[in-house]
Formats: sequence, C-alpha cells, structure tokens
Amino acid sequence: MKILILGAGRVGESVAESLASERNDITVIDTNPARLRELQDRLDLRGVVGNGIQPSVLREAGIEDTDLLIACAPLDETNLVICKVAHDIFNVPTTIARLRSPEFVNGSPLMDKSGFAVDQVICPEESVTAYIRKLIEYPEALQVLEFAHGLVSLIAVRAVAGGPLVQHSLAEIPQLVPNVDMRIVAIYRQDKVLLTLEGSTRIEAGDEVFVLAATEHIRTVLGALRSIDRPVKRIMIAGGGKVGLRLAREVQGQYQVKIIEPIETRCEYLATQLSGDVLVLKGDSTDEELLADENVQDMDLFLALTSDDEDNIMSCLLAKRLGAKRVLAVINRRAYADLVQGTSIDIAISPSHAVLGELLAFVRRGDVEAVHSLRRGAAEALEAIVRGDRKTCRMAGRRIEEVGLPKGAQVGAIVRGLHRSDGSEAGEDAKPEVIIAHHDTVVQPNDHVIVFVPRKRMVREVEKLFQVSATFLF
Amino acid sequence: MGALAVSALVGRMVVLFALLMVVPLAFAWLGPDDGRQAFITAAVATLVIGLLLSAMTRRFRRELQPRDGFALVGMTWAVLPMFGALPLVLAVPGLSVTDAYFEAMSAFTATGATALSGLDELPLSVNVWRCFMMWVGGLGIIVLAVAILPMMGVGGSQLFKTEVSGPMKDQKLTPRIADTARVIWGTYFGLSISCFLAYRAAGMSWSDAFMHMCTTVSLGGFSSHDASFGYWNSPLIEGVAIFFMMLSGISLLMYFVAWRAKSLAPLWRNTEVQAFYAALLGSIALIAVYLVANGAYDSWSAALRHTVFHVVSVATTTGYASHDYGQWPLFAPLLMILLGCFATCAGSTGGGIKMIRMLLLLKQSRRELVRIVHPNVVNPVVLGGVAVSDRVMQSVIAYMMMYGATLVGLTMVLLFSGLDVVTAFTAVIACVNNIGPGLGEVGPAVNYSGLTDFQTWVCTFAMVLGRLELLAVLVLFTPQFWRR
Repeated sequence: MKILILGAGRVGESVAESLASERNDITVIDTNPARLRELQDRLDLRGVVGNGIQPSVLREAGIEDTDLLIACAPLDETNLVICKVAHDIFNVPTTIARLRSPEFVNGSPLMDKSGFAVDQVICPEESVTAYIRKLIEYPEALQVLEFAHGLVSLIAVRAVAGGPLVQHSLAEIPQLVPNVDMRIVAIYRQDKVLLTLEGSTRIEAGDEVFVLAATEHIRTVLGALRSIDRPVKRIMIAGGGKVGLRLAREVQGQYQVKIIEPIETRCEYLATQLSGDVLVLKGDSTDEELLADENVQDMDLFLALTSDDEDNIMSCLLAKRLGAKRVLAVINRRAYADLVQGTSIDIAISPSHAVLGELLAFVRRGDVEAVHSLRRGAAEALEAIVRGDRKTCRMAGRRIEEVGLPKGAQVGAIVRGLHRSDGSEAGEDAKPEVIIAHHDTVVQPNDHVIVFVPRKRMVREVEKLFQVSATFLF
Repeated sequence: MGALAVSALVGRMVVLFALLMVVPLAFAWLGPDDGRQAFITAAVATLVIGLLLSAMTRRFRRELQPRDGFALVGMTWAVLPMFGALPLVLAVPGLSVTDAYFEAMSAFTATGATALSGLDELPLSVNVWRCFMMWVGGLGIIVLAVAILPMMGVGGSQLFKTEVSGPMKDQKLTPRIADTARVIWGTYFGLSISCFLAYRAAGMSWSDAFMHMCTTVSLGGFSSHDASFGYWNSPLIEGVAIFFMMLSGISLLMYFVAWRAKSLAPLWRNTEVQAFYAALLGSIALIAVYLVANGAYDSWSAALRHTVFHVVSVATTTGYASHDYGQWPLFAPLLMILLGCFATCAGSTGGGIKMIRMLLLLKQSRRELVRIVHPNVVNPVVLGGVAVSDRVMQSVIAYMMMYGATLVGLTMVLLFSGLDVVTAFTAVIACVNNIGPGLGEVGPAVNYSGLTDFQTWVCTFAMVLGRLELLAVLVLFTPQFWRR
C-alpha cells in the first residue's frame, strides 16, 4: 500500500514506524530535513522536504498514486487543507487527519467529501482519554477494548494470586466460573507470549492475560483473575494539559477529582472550565509535600498526564510510594513505556500508540471493521467481517480448527446477526448474538470475527484468510 | 554477537554468488571447453561453503545495525573475490593465488587491470567468468542482494549507501530501498541488453558480444583478447563501445527519472551530466589537436578516431585500448588518466572521485574567493537549484583529503618496493579510480603480471578502496569501529 504521511512529529513517527515494518511504501513530508534524515536512516521510507499543503511538494512525494494520506502536522488547519487538496486535486481515495480540536468530529458535514474531505479524524488526546475512562470504570484491568459496537470486549488483565482461576488450567474454567462464557486468547508470561494454549495450560500469578467476553461480563472476568478492588472514587490528575482537561471534564461529578498544574494561568483556565467540585491545585506534580498534603495515599487512581515522560514516571513512582492505590503514566517514548509497565507503575500508555488502531483499520486488507494495536504495537486484535462463502473465502462455512490460522493466532469471538443475509447492515431491529468461539464453532458468512494476533508479522496471513477470491478453490 | 549476524548474511551472499557461476557453466556446457571441470568444482565448493556458513549461523540472524553494515560490506568484498578466483586458479595452469585474487578483485571492482596474458588461448568459460563478475560487481552485488533477497529492510539502506557512489546518498526515488535497488538493476539490465545486441549487430560473435557488453556497461574494461579492441580494428565496433560507455558514465537513476517524466529534459538539464559531457568533448578536442601538432598521426581522421575512443575509454574508467596509447607523448595519456579520476557521474558504474564532488569543490573554491573580496556575502553552494548542506560539503572535503592521502601513500609504498615513478603513480591512480591500465610497466600494451606479489596485493587493496569510495573500507581500520 502506498502511504503518504505529513508531519514527522511524534504521531507521524510512530505511525511510520508501525507501518514501515509491514512492507508498505511510505513517504513522509516534513519541513525539517534533519528530522527526515534521522527517520530515513532508521526506517525504510522516503523523506521529502517541503510544505505539505503545496501541490508541487505533494506531487514530488508521489501523491498521484497514493492509497492513503495521513495528515498529522502540528496544526489542525494544515491537516484540513491537506486533506482537501489531496481529495480535490489528486483524488486520493482515503484521507485521515489528526485534529486536536474537539469540534471537528467524524461524520460532521464539515468533514465529508464536499467539505474538507476527511474520511477519518484521529485525535491521540481523545483516544488516550477513552482508554483512561475505561480503566477508571474497570480499575483492575490493564486495558479494555471494545469490538462490534461495544458488544464484545477484549480485556487485558494481570493475574494475581487469589483470583479463582489463577493456578488452574484453562480446561477448568467452565467449572470454576460457570454461566459466563469467556475465551482466553493470549497469555504473556514475563513479556513472552505462550504460543500454544491448550486445556492443560495453567494460569500463573503475574501472567498478562487477554480475555474476550461479552461486555456485560467484564467484571466477572476480572473477578476470576484477581480480587476485585472497591470501585474508584478518588482520582488525582497530574498535568492539566489537553488530556487532563478532557478527562476531568468527562468524569467530573461522578468521581472526586483533584488536578495538579504548575502554570498559574492554566490553573485559572481549568478552574473556569471545570465545575466547582473539581479541585485545581497549582504546583509541581513531583513535589512530595504537595502530594502528601493532598492525601495522595487515599487516591484510588493517580494519573500522570503531563507531556514530559520523565516527570510522569517520577511523579507516578512518588505517588505509589506515598500510597496511591493504582498509578498510570502517559509515556511517549516506547522504550520507557516498555521499561516501566508492570513495575511500580501499573500502567504505561503511549498516546501515539493508542491512536494507531484507528489507522490500521484502513491499512488492513479485507473488510476490517476495527483494529486495536496491543502491547505497544507488538500484537494486534482485529475484527473482520466474513464475506463470500465456503467456495470463495477460506474463513466462511468452516469450523475454526479447519481454517488454518497461524500458530498462536486465536479466534476469540464471533458476532452474528449484525448483517442481513445479503450483506447489508441490519437496522435497529437486529438482534446480534455473541458467540464465544470454540475449536468446533462454524463461521458463517457475514459474521464479525474477532481475531487476536500475538505477533505482528502474522497479520498478513490472517488478512489472507478473510480475503474473498472467486478462484480460491481452483 | 555482531560478527555472527554478519557471517549469516555473508553466507547468503556466498550462496548468491555460487548461483551466478551458472553463467560461465552454461557457456562451458555449450561448446567444448577446458574450464568445465574447474567451474563445476568451484561452483559446488562455493555453494556448499555458503550453505554451511548460513546454516551454522542461522539462529544469529537479526536486524543489522549500521556498524554491522560496514563489516558486512567489507567482508563481502574481501570474501567473494576469493571464491571468484577459485575457478581461475583451477582452470588456468600456473596462475598464482595472488594473481588470481588480483584478477577477481579487478573484475569485481570493474577496474579492468589484468594479470593474465594469452587471453585468446584461455578457455571461453574463464573469459566469460571474468567479464560476468565485472558486470555484477560493476553495479554492486550488495545492491543486487538488496534488490532480490527480502533479507535487508532497514539495514539495507545502510548497505546500499556504501556500494552506490556519490556524496549525496540520502535521496531516494522510491519509498522502499528494495524498489530503488530494483529500479537501478532494471535500468542496468536494459542498458546491457541493448549494448549486447548492438555489439552483435556491429559484427562481434555472440560470446564476444556478451563479454564485451558485460565489461562496457560496467565501465570495467576486460576483454577476451590480448589486443582488446585492436582485435577487430573496426570503427563501427569502437563506435558502439564509445556510445555505451558514454551512456553508462551517468547515473543510472537519471534514466529512471527521465522515464518517469517521459522526457529527456531531466537528463540534459542535470549539471553533473552537462559537466561530464563537456569534460569529455573538451579533452577530446585538446588531445586530438595536440597529437596532430606533435606529429603522432598524419591524418586528422586517424587522430580523431583513436583520440575519441581512448579518451572516452579511459575517462569513463573503462580502460579498453585499440592500440598502445602509451606511445603517445606523455601529456596526452596523463591527461586522460587524470580525467578518469573524476569524469564519471555519481550513481554510475564508473570509478574515481565522481564529477559531482569535483563540481562541489570548484563551487566551494569560488565561494571562498568571493568571500575574500566581500567578507559579508552569503553564497551557499548551489547545485541544480538546491543549496548543498555544510554536512555534505564537509564529507566531500574529507573524502578529497583521504583520496589525496591514499594516492600519495600507496604511490610511496610502490616506489619503496622498487617501481619507477611513472609506473608506481599511474598504477595507483589506475587502481584507486578503477580505470585499469596505467602507464609505463603497467601500460596498455603490457599488464600487471610483471609486478611482484607484494606490489600486486597493494594494487588489489587500492582497487577495493577506490570502488567502495575509501570511507567504507577505511572505517574498518579505525579502533573505534571495533570497540564495543
């Protein structure tokens, strides 16, 4: 696939890094030659120096035969204009823009083809906020991701001794947790995936377990793998930037929120934007006196959301030491995030990564509904729609064990009934059914199938299984 | 462990190289040939060693780091000529290992200096192998590997840079390095086919046409005849050679650019290409006039025919001869050899400093001169409408420094070993710039077989040094490279 990326900032870089390893033809446009040179040395891509809103620069970067344009320049204005130019002059089939302002959202008339022609709006701040909100709701989980319009969830959780399933084998799950259908799709032990999951595989304490289940069963699943904490009541947010403000605005009223911000004017702004019961504190989040004074030890969740990785790590470590129950840090550098996740810092989120899944849905071949990039890009979970029938598609009309998935990849769940039999989207009256997959489950045409892929290089093989070709049997 | 990861890739390069031996084998199979047994033995040995090497180090394979890239290129260029020399040692009785390695390295670096005599009596397969190695090495076997083996993603671009010539290697025409490598090889292949057919049409036999095609487009200069192009004494064949040498002297990527733009404008508007042709035409005129004025030729037509052929041949670092230009008054051959130091363009198969570095240096000198008169002037070095960054300028100046030091140093070594000044100096220039024949004892009428073993090794080293543009080889000799 030919992909053009505008802007070699944090988002652009992480998108390029993730896509370049998959044999895509990537060209990056940026005004900073040094930055491009560095990217070119590290990744197999081509850099073009120039201002991306100029058609001549776009032409030099080969926009005429580009399949996908990703605009992630620092300014919203630039990104909007580039998408417009790409669509109107060069007929680029798919355009994606990173837009920070919450007023530009997917589906608004401003974004359609006669407007700015943005097919998909991505916003890392929005993705991070959504990610954190899920964790506030389910504080025991490491990550909760939704599939099939929220019917099915993929839950990542660290198994802790004391959970009913821990120290037991997978075959015992139906007896230990009756009435709840769930499927463990992957277990990571000391950061390495177990490639074969059999009935005799035991869940050990400390394992990172990925489970697929219907969304209403999330809490039961979490309770099976670790003891349930009491629900979150008190949250402390360090850093009142874009993410901090967004999050505080969304959760104010439901939880007790304290927000720490060092800049006085920003504090005042926050105070006017947020309701009165949110406490805006001026100060440094790495100041232990301030944290202690504000009773960090009683916090259920401490969130470090500044733009400085080191500050976030330090303030999290400090808060944990002072007694905060669970701490979460936003970390941009991938190496740092890998380093600290699972140590004293419970969860490390990298924003540019949180947004990647939305892009990947456009890059994956076949009828892919949603993609989530997991474990900072090493693994992936995809939801794809089975098209064609037994004759034209390797997935359709077969039992899961017959399909020939690459080793380690797992079909976790199937959602049936989202489409009518002719393939069109079913309306309001649809009664979708969530089927947790077993080896003998038969996949029907028009099913949404959710596949967990533990290593990225298997994605290509999985895509092939979903591809419809008239000649596949011949 | 870096060394093992590099060995794993070298193993695959050796396997690839063994597969290339199919070409001389095919020639040996078609007719009665004394080299058949030698090539079968060599091909099998190379294949087995390559497979063993890559099988043994299989589990160490990983993504290359930039440092590993240099080690890989260095090792490939040291090891492959060894395997290239193997059939020569087996098939040519009385050929020493030193001379065989020299011959293989000369082929591999597209130099064209030979230590063999009696070429006409050699088995056909041996001559084909010498020329075919030149064709592969001319563009670069690592570029070939990057193009056809899916083995080197990111690390590939690092490798690619060491084998492709010129100061500005960051410019990519396609997003993926493997595609760029494929484009270059595709262009090269197209050029080769047309050259092959043109030679045949001009009157060469099929096998001669193949061999001379190989050595023309690679700007190497091996021939299957002791008399080189004097064997035919045909203006038409010389004309074909001149035409294709001049085409091969400019960057192969330029043809791709022209093809993509569907016009020849990018070609003739390119400053480097203009300078290349201007330098050639200027020197031809000067030398022709000089030769006639000195009475070397009676007629203008004879003077012009020989001047054009030899100036183009030496200036493009090919090194064909149709007669002994060493007999010309010294000014003419010396000017030709100096031209060979810099005339060809970056990204071509030619050797030497490359025209673009020369242009940048000239512009830099002019900039300094203007600055003396107007101390406050802002005049960046501009090439083709784009300002050249200081980083590139510094690398060009550093390159020139090392180039000068290499020439002087190696000349002194050869003088120390007992050669005369003209031979020593021109041998070093001819090897470092991958021209081939020098003057004096290594002139066009004689060859490098007269050198002692030590002198031959010095020349062998000079060739690989010049082909990889110094830095990639010299970096292997710095202690910092080996320190962890």
